[in-house]
Amino acid sequence: MIDELFTISTLIGILHSCVRLATPYLFAALGETFGQRSGVLNLGVDGIMLMGAFFAFYVVFEGHNLWVGVLVAVAVGVLMGMLKAFVSVTMQSLQGISGIGLYLFGLGLSSLLFKTLIGSVEGVSGFRQLAIPLLSDLPGIGHILFNHNILVYLAYLMVPVSWFVINRTTLGLKIRAVGHNPEAADTLGVSVNGVRYTTLMIGGALAAVAGASLSIGLQNVFQENMTNGLGFIAVALVYFGSWRTVGVLGGALLFSLVNALQLWAQALNIPIPSEVAVMMPYIMTIVVLAFTARQIQKPAALARSYERGE
Amino acid sequence: MFDSLKAVQAEMGGESALEIAFSEGMFRVTDASAAIRDYASEGFDLVIAHGAQYGNSVFEVASDFTETSFAWGTSSDTGAERGFENVFAYGAVANEGGFVNGVVAAMLTETDVIGVIGPVAGDAKLYIDGFVRGVTEIKPDAQVNISYTGSFSDTTLAAEAAHVHIQAGADVLTGSAQQVVGAIGVASENGVAWLGTQSDQMSLGPDVVVTNQVYDWANVITDMIAKVEAGELGGTVYRLTFANEGLRLEFNESLEIADEVKEAARGAIEDIKSGDVDPVLIEEE
Repeated sequence: MIDELFTISTLIGILHSCVRLATPYLFAALGETFGQRSGVLNLGVDGIMLMGAFFAFYVVFEGHNLWVGVLVAVAVGVLMGMLKAFVSVTMQSLQGISGIGLYLFGLGLSSLLFKTLIGSVEGVSGFRQLAIPLLSDLPGIGHILFNHNILVYLAYLMVPVSWFVINRTTLGLKIRAVGHNPEAADTLGVSVNGVRYTTLMIGGALAAVAGASLSIGLQNVFQENMTNGLGFIAVALVYFGSWRTVGVLGGALLFSLVNALQLWAQALNIPIPSEVAVMMPYIMTIVVLAFTARQIQKPAALARSYERGE
Repeated sequence: MFDSLKAVQAEMGGESALEIAFSEGMFRVTDASAAIRDYASEGFDLVIAHGAQYGNSVFEVASDFTETSFAWGTSSDTGAERGFENVFAYGAVANEGGFVNGVVAAMLTETDVIGVIGPVAGDAKLYIDGFVRGVTEIKPDAQVNISYTGSFSDTTLAAEAAHVHIQAGADVLTGSAQQVVGAIGVASENGVAWLGTQSDQMSLGPDVVVTNQVYDWANVITDMIAKVEAGELGGTVYRLTFANEGLRLEFNESLEIADEVKEAARGAIEDIKSGDVDPVLIEEE
């Protein structure tokens, strides 16, 4: 029975699922990477995702274009990022607890808006599968990589884009400087608060798109708390990926691969208890975190608020 | 449940005849426990705690408010053996509708592969057991693939599970718990038939949701209210079945469903009502 899992068509199916499942994690975790590299831990990702998911859905539900939905989600995400920045950068409140506050705020507000503006769970027509001409015809790999909706491609495109911004631009240099040694950066004339506002707004925008990728891309519905804690996994993936974009990609793919594997194993009636199957991705995450924890280079100023000394 | 309450209220003569107060979003049992106690101390005659996880809270509050009537479900425990006289219990015999949906699935499938998406192993067991039994009644060789997400609310995993079932050859899907909304979206995108249960899911996939097992609590509520008014505060276990009209199977009127499918479904319901088929038996097998 177990050999059914290793037929070519099943393996292609598993990898196809894996690539798609990683989408929301990638958007959210890449966004969180920006914030953390500049020294701000944002645990509110899940709340921002819910707000993004709701607004994207609502805009489309009201008959507007899908891209308008994405743009509105981005705007909402930027606002949520600003709110987080105001609380933890300007007001210098503890980053961890204010992030939890932001999460609860997003969870509550998205549920309230959903109940007042929509009422019951409805469906919309979201982004359709977009097979990339020629590439999607490649045997095996074509279906795995090039037969998804456009937000999936966008998520993977964000990996090199984020890498480039963080490692090859002036803004990226400032972000890294602020995350490692805000005092030194400040002395050199870099606005610590300005950089942190920027990274939190970028992070908010990406988290909101992560939510939109669920509500108008992968599921085409909105339901209260539909992210189900996915944003917290995204935060863990940033640690998992040692604050590097490629590491985040690896973490998101590994987590999604194990998830895809367990879904396929169950669907093919392979006799492993479903409880064990659904635990697998989490066990995997803990194991990898335990082995990578020692060698990682954490931004030195992570979770520390910065106050200019006189 | 809430829709049924509103229906009963309307039938009784509106808000002056029956006052309803409700709290929702009680994902934490401690919150629910506080709400139950609040309603009891505010003097409501009947406090309904709709969720199997609320049992302990109900009995705790019920022991302090012996003049107030309580109801909870899904459960068959009224606490009578422990001396409680003011607790009703209720539940749906979901395997009846599961059986009928299984019959419909077997009639609809062309690939002879059917996918089921469950929440937590055990919870949806009644529905899924009934469903499998319904399928095998019509097509003993059909393959029913069952996957659990391990959660009631993980819409992302449920959606991916639907993708997986479809890629594994399934052309009819069903599933339970609130997480399935994402899976119905996927079924809809791929034009794969979906058989619903628990709530009205047709608006989520007007082109693919073929049937829906609907729970109608109106009769249960009406009877509980009558009992409370007569001074009987608990002790009854209610069961929604096709026979007592607590369960209904709705067809999607906007779809063209073959007459033979409808007839097979109606036949299955009649067989269950008359006792010719007992989908409950599967538990003992």
